[in-house]
Amino acid sequence: MFEQLDALLLARIQFAFTVSFHFIFPAFSIGLASYLAVLEGLWLKTGKSIYLDLFKYWLKIFAIAFAMGVVSGIVMSYQFGTNWSKFSDIAGPVIGPLMAYEVLTAFFLEAGFLGVMLFGMNKVGKKLHFAATLMVAIGTFISAFWILSVNSWMQTPVGYEIGANGQYLPGESWWDIVFNPSFPYRLVHTVIAAYLTTAFVVGGVGAWHLLKDRTNLHARKMFSMAMWMAAIVAPIQIFAGDMHGLNTLEHQPQKVMAMEGHYESHPNGAPLILFGIPNSEEKRVDYAIEIPKASSLILKHDLNAPLAGLDTIPDDEEPPVGIVFWSFRIMVGIGFAMLGIGAWSLFARFRKKLYDWPLLHKAALVMAPSGFIAVLAGWITTEVGRQPYVIYNLLRTADAASPLDAPAVAASLLAFVIVYFVVFGAGVWYILHLMHKPPHAGEYGVKRGDTGPIRTAGITPGPSQNPGDPDTLPRDHEEATDGR
Amino acid sequence: MDVNVDLTTIWAFIIAFAVFAYVVMDGFDLGIGILFPTFDVGPERDRAMNSIAPVWDGNETWLVLGGGGLFAAFPLAYAVILPATYPLIIAMLLGLVFRGVAFEYRWRDPGHRRYWDAAFTGGSLVAAMAQGMTLGALLQGIEVVDRSYAGSWFDWFTPYTLLTGLGTVAGYALLGATWLVWKLEGDSQHHARSLAKKAAWSTLVLMGGVSLYNVFLNAEYAERWLTAPEIYFAAPVPILTAVIAIALLRALSVDRHSKPFWLSIALFFFGMAGLGVTMWPYVVPPGLTIWDAAAPERSQIFMLVGVAITMPLIIAYTAWAYWVFRGKVADEGYH
Repeated sequence: MFEQLDALLLARIQFAFTVSFHFIFPAFSIGLASYLAVLEGLWLKTGKSIYLDLFKYWLKIFAIAFAMGVVSGIVMSYQFGTNWSKFSDIAGPVIGPLMAYEVLTAFFLEAGFLGVMLFGMNKVGKKLHFAATLMVAIGTFISAFWILSVNSWMQTPVGYEIGANGQYLPGESWWDIVFNPSFPYRLVHTVIAAYLTTAFVVGGVGAWHLLKDRTNLHARKMFSMAMWMAAIVAPIQIFAGDMHGLNTLEHQPQKVMAMEGHYESHPNGAPLILFGIPNSEEKRVDYAIEIPKASSLILKHDLNAPLAGLDTIPDDEEPPVGIVFWSFRIMVGIGFAMLGIGAWSLFARFRKKLYDWPLLHKAALVMAPSGFIAVLAGWITTEVGRQPYVIYNLLRTADAASPLDAPAVAASLLAFVIVYFVVFGAGVWYILHLMHKPPHAGEYGVKRGDTGPIRTAGITPGPSQNPGDPDTLPRDHEEATDGR
Repeated sequence: MDVNVDLTTIWAFIIAFAVFAYVVMDGFDLGIGILFPTFDVGPERDRAMNSIAPVWDGNETWLVLGGGGLFAAFPLAYAVILPATYPLIIAMLLGLVFRGVAFEYRWRDPGHRRYWDAAFTGGSLVAAMAQGMTLGALLQGIEVVDRSYAGSWFDWFTPYTLLTGLGTVAGYALLGATWLVWKLEGDSQHHARSLAKKAAWSTLVLMGGVSLYNVFLNAEYAERWLTAPEIYFAAPVPILTAVIAIALLRALSVDRHSKPFWLSIALFFFGMAGLGVTMWPYVVPPGLTIWDAAAPERSQIFMLVGVAITMPLIIAYTAWAYWVFRGKVADEGYH
């Protein structure tokens, strides 16, 4: 029994680890694919080379992020079977087809057109190339559509029947399953989150180069575009998040109780706990700073509306409050910080200081990775908040795992941790290296080969020189070790 | 129930098609990875890499369709096979991680290029070996009790699975080498052709070994291949395989460009057909037939609609992507 529990915990840690690592990349590539499509579209429309330069600048970064997303994503598609075989058997008839649709309508589309997008500009012409870019961008969205439908069905399962063999079987209507109650909210909230994440990365890179050279037109352009996104989309996201929260209150009340830290029921209006330390032993929030009745106002739009607390939920159906309470606050805090940056940028624009306000640029730089943190915190909130269930109110996480021995799961977890930190650590390093280079006129695309042409007119490299791709890391290390 | 039987058969063929598409398409990518150390550092390696850089991602997607499709159409098989071959699947996934990122990283970091080239080869080799051994583990039988895998976690490790693993490595190397015969020219092509000859012989020997082993692996397989009337249906497979093998060796001994690659694919096709004859109608021998493991009719129909609409489109734009990058790979790569 104890061994089973260990294997279960290890399998949960493994899934949390691999899915968290994985989602970082699509959170970026969903937004970046759309940004690239916008840049290429603007280039085709206006003919201004600055857009093509920016397109090529970000395309190199996209190529690396996308590769990391692909290889970490394939791990996910097999993880259901390797570590959660009971779940796969029981839920396969309902969620399997949705995931098959994701492969058929999204993965092939992205992968099929990616080669042309990365390497085909000179082979297919501008318009077809733009079409390929659009297909990749659309593919990333369709992928989000299906996988979020799957996740939402696991949060708010509807439209199923229970078979004689214990499987969940699809009911009359696939529409009900795909468009389950939490899906539209989760889709909107997640896709906007991906756009915001990308906007802050682009804005942060623009800000970094403005801090070094505020006359860099390319840096100005990407900073301005990113700040428009922040100013317009951050408020929309806060509104969408609020709607998502209300939907969660309706369908998964104990998740909201954990988010709010409401151990007790409040018959006459519940307080909004801003901060505090959830104490699960005593079932109360220590050192709470709260606004009386504000939670009822937000969740029920009525100061005195009663709100039930975790005291109405059996102990073995409560999610872990501490994690959910904190991750929710991190997400919301970052959301409001993004709103602040967006508002500040509007003010700076109004004062005509958008490119000449180092403090704003520094703030944008600090905020560059904030989207990733917010996105992960949001997922932790929703995934931990539905525990102890993997399919809400139907299948407990503990009943979903594969019949594996703890050493097998521990060994594979260790392998994933080591490989992911090495491989994705290197990938992030290469991306940072590319971002470190200032964007400039005549930007290179994705180059393949050391023997490529050199653009510097009139200078032919001698045989001892190896000019290579100007965006690659220097060769110093290799030459040093070759000398052994 | 009659309708369901037919749908289940259709789905078995769809999954088989996805697996076949994966094996030949990512097979040549992985094969190039396996052969990579034999190429000269510099333009030869760059060209080999460039010949697959625009298509590898699409090729690998067939693996997701194979796995995702199995999950959707035969959830019980998916839920049994993956825990039974757990270390193999994890090894394959990690191998594919290294292989996949090497495509980007080797260009970004010349200082560490040889390490990423080694990761490319190591990842390809591990993935190929693990895939072949998984196939072997499936063919030798998986113990199932009460809808769950009931064996221990090293049941997959036997001389037979080592043989199927090596056979797959050799077969992928053959696909990779013949692809390069098609895409390269000059000395590099010459080099690829000599590799292809070695890989062809290795593949044929190992295929023969696996086939013989199959017959002795269990009585039911032997009956299928060696007794009448089954033998009349089964016999064309080895006969045609032999014909293809001779044609392949001949094509490699003369100056042909694309023909060896297509003949290698044909060889794989008959190899898979042979596996089909061996396994049918089991999806997890010896206990689970495709009907035991099949998803309900509603799931099958829903997905069949999707396949009917998207598959022609997928094949069309995949073919277009290959067409865009047709011809010999030039020195400078794509930019």
